[in-house]
Amino acid sequence: MTGKTITEKILSEKSGTDVSAGEYVEARVDEVIAHDVTGPLAVEAFEDVTGEDRELAAPDSTVFTLDHHAPADGVKAANNHNVVREFAEEYGAHQYEINDGICHQVMIEEGFVEPGDLVVGADSHSTTYGGLGAFGTGVGSTDLGTTFATGELWFRVPETLRFEVHGDLPDGVYAKDLILRFIGDVGFDGGTYMTAEYAGSAVGDLPIHQRLVLANMAIEMGGKAGIVEPDERVVDYLEHQAGLETSIDPDLASDDDATYEAVYTYEGSDLAPQVAKPSNPENAVDVDDVVGTDVDQVFVGTCTNGRYEDIRIVADALAGEQIAPGTRLIVVPASGAVYEKCLETGVLGTIVAAGGTFQSAGCGPCAGYHQGVLGDDDVCLATANRNFPGREGSMDSRVYLASPATAAATALYGEITDPREIGTDRYDDHATADPGVVR
Amino acid sequence: MSLEEPGRAWVFGDDVDTDQITPSRFIVSTDPEELATHAFNDLRPEFSANVDSGEFVVAGKNFGGGSSREHAPLSLIGAGVDAVVARSFARIFFRNAINLGLPVMICPEADRIEDGEEVSIDLDAGTVHNHDTDETYDAEPLPPFLQDLVDEGGLKPYTRKKLDSA
Repeated sequence: MTGKTITEKILSEKSGTDVSAGEYVEARVDEVIAHDVTGPLAVEAFEDVTGEDRELAAPDSTVFTLDHHAPADGVKAANNHNVVREFAEEYGAHQYEINDGICHQVMIEEGFVEPGDLVVGADSHSTTYGGLGAFGTGVGSTDLGTTFATGELWFRVPETLRFEVHGDLPDGVYAKDLILRFIGDVGFDGGTYMTAEYAGSAVGDLPIHQRLVLANMAIEMGGKAGIVEPDERVVDYLEHQAGLETSIDPDLASDDDATYEAVYTYEGSDLAPQVAKPSNPENAVDVDDVVGTDVDQVFVGTCTNGRYEDIRIVADALAGEQIAPGTRLIVVPASGAVYEKCLETGVLGTIVAAGGTFQSAGCGPCAGYHQGVLGDDDVCLATANRNFPGREGSMDSRVYLASPATAAATALYGEITDPREIGTDRYDDHATADPGVVR
Repeated sequence: MSLEEPGRAWVFGDDVDTDQITPSRFIVSTDPEELATHAFNDLRPEFSANVDSGEFVVAGKNFGGGSSREHAPLSLIGAGVDAVVARSFARIFFRNAINLGLPVMICPEADRIEDGEEVSIDLDAGTVHNHDTDETYDAEPLPPFLQDLVDEGGLKPYTRKKLDSA
């Protein structure tokens, strides 16, 4: 009998069956999450399938956030917030308010998710939980609304693509650079229906806030999930970040003889900072290829790179300096707790003093709603996860994706700049700090 | 189910993501009819005003990548689109379409269809017919589990039945 991947193990455990890739299961879901865009449709689906005796299968693990249009940027968005608030109140679900933060960051900070959990979210970046060794996947609102009612959902057990990074990463190269390289190598649909599993010594050495980045962007290769085998770092992180006591089941790891769809192997020292060019995340190139490209705006934030450590990198790089004239720097923390930490540690003041704009917590302009939407011909470098045509505003704007360090260097010069140019010793300590404590 | 009545094919390219199907700024609505008025708003501005009930969306590889927004398939349902035929689909869009009862067909030869040609589909036979060229293309059959779900009428009837028997 061949071994199993961590994905096959989690879905076997949650379905009470012994399954391998390609099989279909109905599995118990540990946590469900929706936000202000997908929540109202999930509520409709829930009400549609439940009869008179409406109740949530698991109110304690049903979570709503208000993050995409928060604070409300229009009447319809405000009404959607009220639909979510009223539903959560009526059925006893958890509901977080504007400025509490982006769903995935809130779920992790608040200690909802543990290694080995099965998490479904009506948000495609629900893959993020894989940074903790959980199986997280994005679904639509109908899937989620029915899961509210039953606590279960069907899954096809996915095949796994394994990405191994050996050795050490050079200075100035972070998880964001790795994931952009992986997506570039397999393509925007190269991992469709599959789990992206990240391993090797360079991945094991990553602090949790960076592992979350790898898992988060698995969807940008079409992935169903992204996962890093959990270890003691996850235990420490959850204890400090969420006040959660956990332990790791030693079997919560892929077996040596597990079957993979493909294995991609990298030597850490070969890698350089990456930038995904417009207008697809698969357009990754070494930063050298685009150095000197003029930018109008730099955006730091999102569920990918809006954590304290990410913003801290930017503050450390900008301390005592001014961003380039004619360049806008927009910083949006991923959660209210990150915001407070930035306030307490002086990070917020440093960014504002350098000429940046610091906004309330949430998704910011990532999906083109508000807080820094791009106009015609605007060029933006963002720490976000997507750069589709028109994603952050005008169809004639262009977005480059990169790490917070590259974003900071770019804000300083007003053109895409190699983060190693400004001296990695200025900011590197916080990039690799572990664990990232926001409490 | 057979949709033998031919309808116009609206042909799109590869990697049409959900931001292009339903741009973010319009997804504050959950009403299919309203969403339909913004379908492909920026990518193909003439679509929403000209699409008629009974027509088809035909695309290349990886249709519906990106965001999980169910507003994307809902907007096509609101527009009266009978089915989406593509060389391949992104996972969440595919799942959402099946859940909502919008037929989706994985058709490796979808790129033989030109914009404006008349096509029809036969879901039982798993074929797409091009009336302009008189060609018939095979679509990949759904896995049995998904076919059962579709036969039950989609995820909602399936879930109602499960809740009733609980």
